[in-house]
Amino acid sequence: MINWGNFISQLFNGLVLGALLALISSGLTIIYGTLGVLNLAHGALFMLGGYAGWLGYTYTGSFFVAVVVGSLFVMVVGVLVERIIIRHFYDRPHEDQLLVTFGLGIVFVEAARFFFGSLSKIVPAPQGLGGIMNLGFMFYPTYRIALLGIVVVALLALYIVLYRTRIGMIVRAGIEDSVMVDALGINVYKVFMLVFGIGAMAAGFAGIINAPVVSITPDVGESYLVQTFVVVVIGGVGSFPGAILGGLIAGELISITSMINPGYSYVMLFVAMTLVLVLRPYGLLGAAGRE
Amino acid sequence: MLKQRPYLIEVLTVIGLVAAPFVLPHLDFSPNTVNRILVWGLFGIGFDILFGFTGLLSFGQSAFFGTGGFVAAYLLTQVGFPHVVTALFIGMIAAAVVGYLIGLIALQRTGIYFAMITVAISEVFFFVEFNPLSAYTGGENGLPGVPTPSFDLGFMTLDFSGGWKLYWFLAFWYFVGIVLALRIVRSPVGAILSAIRENPLRAAAVGHNIHSYKLTAFVIAAAYAGFAGGLLGVLQAFMPPDAFMFETSGQLVMQTAIGGTGTLFGPLVGAAVWLFLSDFFQTTLHLGASWKLVLGVVFVLLVFFLRRGIVGGLVDLAAWLRQRGKPSEPTEPDVAPDYDAGPEASSYGTPSALGSGVPDKSDVILRATGLTKRYGGLVANDNIDFAVKRGELRGVIGPNGAGKSTFFKMLTCEIHPTTGTILFEDQDITGFNVTRVCQLGLTKSYQVNQLFTRLTVRENIVIAALAQKRGSFKLDLLRDVSKVEGLDKRVAETLALVHLTKRADHPVSDLAYGEKRRLEIGLALATSPSLLLLDEPLAGMSPRERVETVKLLKAIGRGRTMIVIDHDMDAIFELAEKITVLREGSVLVEGTPEEIKANAAVQEAYLGGVIE
Repeated sequence: MINWGNFISQLFNGLVLGALLALISSGLTIIYGTLGVLNLAHGALFMLGGYAGWLGYTYTGSFFVAVVVGSLFVMVVGVLVERIIIRHFYDRPHEDQLLVTFGLGIVFVEAARFFFGSLSKIVPAPQGLGGIMNLGFMFYPTYRIALLGIVVVALLALYIVLYRTRIGMIVRAGIEDSVMVDALGINVYKVFMLVFGIGAMAAGFAGIINAPVVSITPDVGESYLVQTFVVVVIGGVGSFPGAILGGLIAGELISITSMINPGYSYVMLFVAMTLVLVLRPYGLLGAAGRE
Repeated sequence: MLKQRPYLIEVLTVIGLVAAPFVLPHLDFSPNTVNRILVWGLFGIGFDILFGFTGLLSFGQSAFFGTGGFVAAYLLTQVGFPHVVTALFIGMIAAAVVGYLIGLIALQRTGIYFAMITVAISEVFFFVEFNPLSAYTGGENGLPGVPTPSFDLGFMTLDFSGGWKLYWFLAFWYFVGIVLALRIVRSPVGAILSAIRENPLRAAAVGHNIHSYKLTAFVIAAAYAGFAGGLLGVLQAFMPPDAFMFETSGQLVMQTAIGGTGTLFGPLVGAAVWLFLSDFFQTTLHLGASWKLVLGVVFVLLVFFLRRGIVGGLVDLAAWLRQRGKPSEPTEPDVAPDYDAGPEASSYGTPSALGSGVPDKSDVILRATGLTKRYGGLVANDNIDFAVKRGELRGVIGPNGAGKSTFFKMLTCEIHPTTGTILFEDQDITGFNVTRVCQLGLTKSYQVNQLFTRLTVRENIVIAALAQKRGSFKLDLLRDVSKVEGLDKRVAETLALVHLTKRADHPVSDLAYGEKRRLEIGLALATSPSLLLLDEPLAGMSPRERVETVKLLKAIGRGRTMIVIDHDMDAIFELAEKITVLREGSVLVEGTPEEIKANAAVQEAYLGGVIE
């Protein structure tokens, strides 16, 4: 029998997870859409955000500082990685790009293990957002509700940058046709660097704000990376709205299946992905030709 | 590289495998390490066929490694199945079946999508092993107690329990795996797999069913993975759950890239380097767990600088040294071939349907009726009626944007018309795909070269000719490609016709532009089309190359049915017997070159005003 209180709280968990996945996925999808590079190190960037934020928190005791440090650090890492390595791979086959970002992911994960060890690190929820809240119909961890708010704000910010600014317009044009953008006299390499930075920051930001919910370990990014791939396949590569829709679908699927049997949550994700691939090969909100 | 003396590689492999137990102990390799290298090397052979030869980078091989391993281990430990080798084969078959089903899904898409889907798949399998199936797989404990093989021969017992004894068992299977893989990559299927890696669109356009071939490669890789997974259980006397982990897939990818893709031996070398370094870093340098960090850095550098890995690098080095020893090859003298006199053109088999007076076939080889293509509000082609007679050489001209290329793409079924029908040899081909139409005898040469760039000229032509000789899909995995009946003759004739015989063994990337254009036409010709479409064959050529190519086209046109699009009016007027002029997506006029030259509407629309 379904326990309705449990069900609603799982729906909420799904919403929070879905929003978080949407944020990570939009970073991945705008990088792929613009640069044509699938960043297999994206999960590792998520993890780096957590560790950098944890350091910031350890030295200052402020959650706010942790979030700023975590996001900015990963953005800098993203920009450096693009400048030093990824840039040399734009003209090489997709397979080489996959290999090099996969290798980078391992370097990041193992570097974190080297500096911080394998024990998990915890960043507590900020003051006033800890504990449990009574929503009238159920009790729910306060920080998760706050997390939902934070992610929604972050997604809105990303939306505004992408859809309401000049630079966002260039990025969206680049997703459709980066050669054309280049031909219009816009330095497309600067755009690429910026996009990689923003995309990486989205992952890093998600990594630190999620730290009070899931403690940080060197491998924490891996499962998010896999879920992110499913989100992008469901939503459609290169589509920001697709990442949000796909994220919410994946989040709810995982949460609701977990309530019945956690072992099947990935199976359900996989079934959903397969259905989308068979019925709408370019994803729910994707367009042909972005591959 | 794989086409040296017959059986040379096989013999060297045997020598290497037999020598290993005597040499490697002196290099501080323990038997256990060597055995692991063999298992990973065998696992990697299949993966190399998938990635190195077919170009499909899968991050999901752990799913099949684990499936094969756990099926075999389950049979041997839980069911009490007595025969180790049979259990290994059942595991392999299970993995191949799973590979087939997963391949159907994963191969829906290519490139990035394929990689993402395989990552997701490997993760799903890991979770399934851990939770829903933990009653069968032992969950996080795995399955302990996998026996080692022993064979009672009556007069003696062959016992392979552990260490160097087990080595011989593993080495035998590695050898079988390599021999089979060598046969596969030298078979027609192997040639087509590398064509898919180089240019999937063209591989499909010359008439190969590339989806089925990709699925074949995927299943082969899964079978190798499954067998290797079973061997892992035998080796460790325990089937570990981490066989299913994403990390296993990752390690395989890295080892293969380190050793060298597309070499079959790369994974073995990569595994040796990997396991040796892991020992060396941990026990000699006392790096502890951070050895993976060093290895990660090494891997990134390797992808950066040595993209063909260690074996590929050695092969390139050897080739370079050989090249340096010799004076540079004299290039082909650029003498204009005598197309008119050459017997080669006439000896080249003409399409069977032609000239032999086939009475039951109609005179019209291709008829398009009411062909319309709309892109949203834009009408690219509007209600085109078009018919070509057998043996005709038709020219199609029209100003830029007249819809010529769209028209051609519809005829070859690359895109489908919004309305209208296409009849080819009295068969309605509307809605067919490129592969099927090519198999029926209708193909085109592309406006922009679509070649298999890293292969030689001969290999290019072989791939196209294979489609005509073998049909769109055939599983002759173990047949030598050179033994395909009539193939050599066909390839030699095509090479002679497009005048590339002397360049046959050069890689396409070495060719001059004009030569590449001729090869482009050669690819279409090698499929023996009964109707050949040429999309701007003269595009981008120098005036001199144009003169040569027009001669070539005339030679090809003898006894063939062709439709040629080009902007070079003089060339079309010289070549074609009849010309169709397109303007703004519809047929403006049709007639002989003289009629077209004299037509006022054409002059106005195309040549820029009436000539007095």
